[in-house]
Amino acid sequence: MKKLKILYLIPLLLLGGILLASNYSNKKSDYISLKEKTIHPPKNKDNFDKMMDVLTHPRCMNCHPSDNIPKQGIESHPHYFGMEGGKNDQGFEATKCMTCHQTENNNYSGVPGAPHWGLAPQSMAWKGLTRQEIAAVMLNKETNGGKNHEEIIKHLTEDDLVLWAWNPGVNAAGIKREKPPVSQEEFKEVVEAWFADGAIIPEK
Amino acid sequence: MKIAFSINNKDVSVDILDGNTPLLWVIRDILDLKGTKFGCGKAACGACTLHVNDVAVRSCSYAVKFAEGKNITTIEGLGNAENPHPVQQAWIEEVVPQCGYCQPGFIMATAALLKENNKPTDEDIDKNIINICRCATYYRMRKAIHRAAELTRETKI
Repeated sequence: MKKLKILYLIPLLLLGGILLASNYSNKKSDYISLKEKTIHPPKNKDNFDKMMDVLTHPRCMNCHPSDNIPKQGIESHPHYFGMEGGKNDQGFEATKCMTCHQTENNNYSGVPGAPHWGLAPQSMAWKGLTRQEIAAVMLNKETNGGKNHEEIIKHLTEDDLVLWAWNPGVNAAGIKREKPPVSQEEFKEVVEAWFADGAIIPEK
Repeated sequence: MKIAFSINNKDVSVDILDGNTPLLWVIRDILDLKGTKFGCGKAACGACTLHVNDVAVRSCSYAVKFAEGKNITTIEGLGNAENPHPVQQAWIEEVVPQCGYCQPGFIMATAALLKENNKPTDEDIDKNIINICRCATYYRMRKAIHRAAELTRETKI
């Protein structure tokens, strides 16, 4: 009889164990979720990071050099033919950016193009700067061409040359150029959100 | 689509199916001006250089639709045997060409440079004249560019 009672108890114990385990696993899942919340940066830091993922991508950085030499390709090699930004960021006296680059991509030759193709001004040289330093240069009216926040947002989200990053065409070998890691739509959202949050540059 | 522009001071209109056709092929195959050469098709060698509104442009990488309303100058419009452009005159004096294929592009690039700078230094030449010559006539070209600059200054005086 005792043996029989034990036999009845075994399934009950197993059931209890399962219930306890499931309860524990729920708590564990809550616990992980909370932990993730504490690990993840605050929302505005996330916006900043995504915005900077784009701005530090070669599609943007190649035309924000610190040596006045435009870069090419995903590996950012110096522009072929010894091209430089020259005195006005538009190339040399006779061999200018527009000698080869027109207002849209040329998919026959693989030469990229967009309106006002050229280098960013030297005051907006980003190569070699940290993400925080790039943001500081971008927000500083003395270096950004006197732009206020609204004008910076407009430049980042509406300027045809900036938006070219998401329509980079093909290279000379006919291979599609890599786009930034954040979509154009999401980039617009995070830029607007970051500025709406006060354009605070997070610590490293 | 119809595209109208001026070429060597003559108004023309071309009817073309694809506005992205390179200007080079319109000039060579439709307008029958064979002086502008095809080299690489990648805007790299400069054999196809001509002027669009006085700016040197690689015509192999210039969609004809962008030529609408513009003034195009090719090697044929730069000068002629009776009245050569200073760059053409200097090229003759220094006997620059070897095979000659790339020379129209170099001459057009040089003419564009001298419009902006009629006393270019060797460094200016190195920076602006970046076409490619497989015969390697670069040494004679440099001499000719300096000579063309002299002729240009004399003409202006």
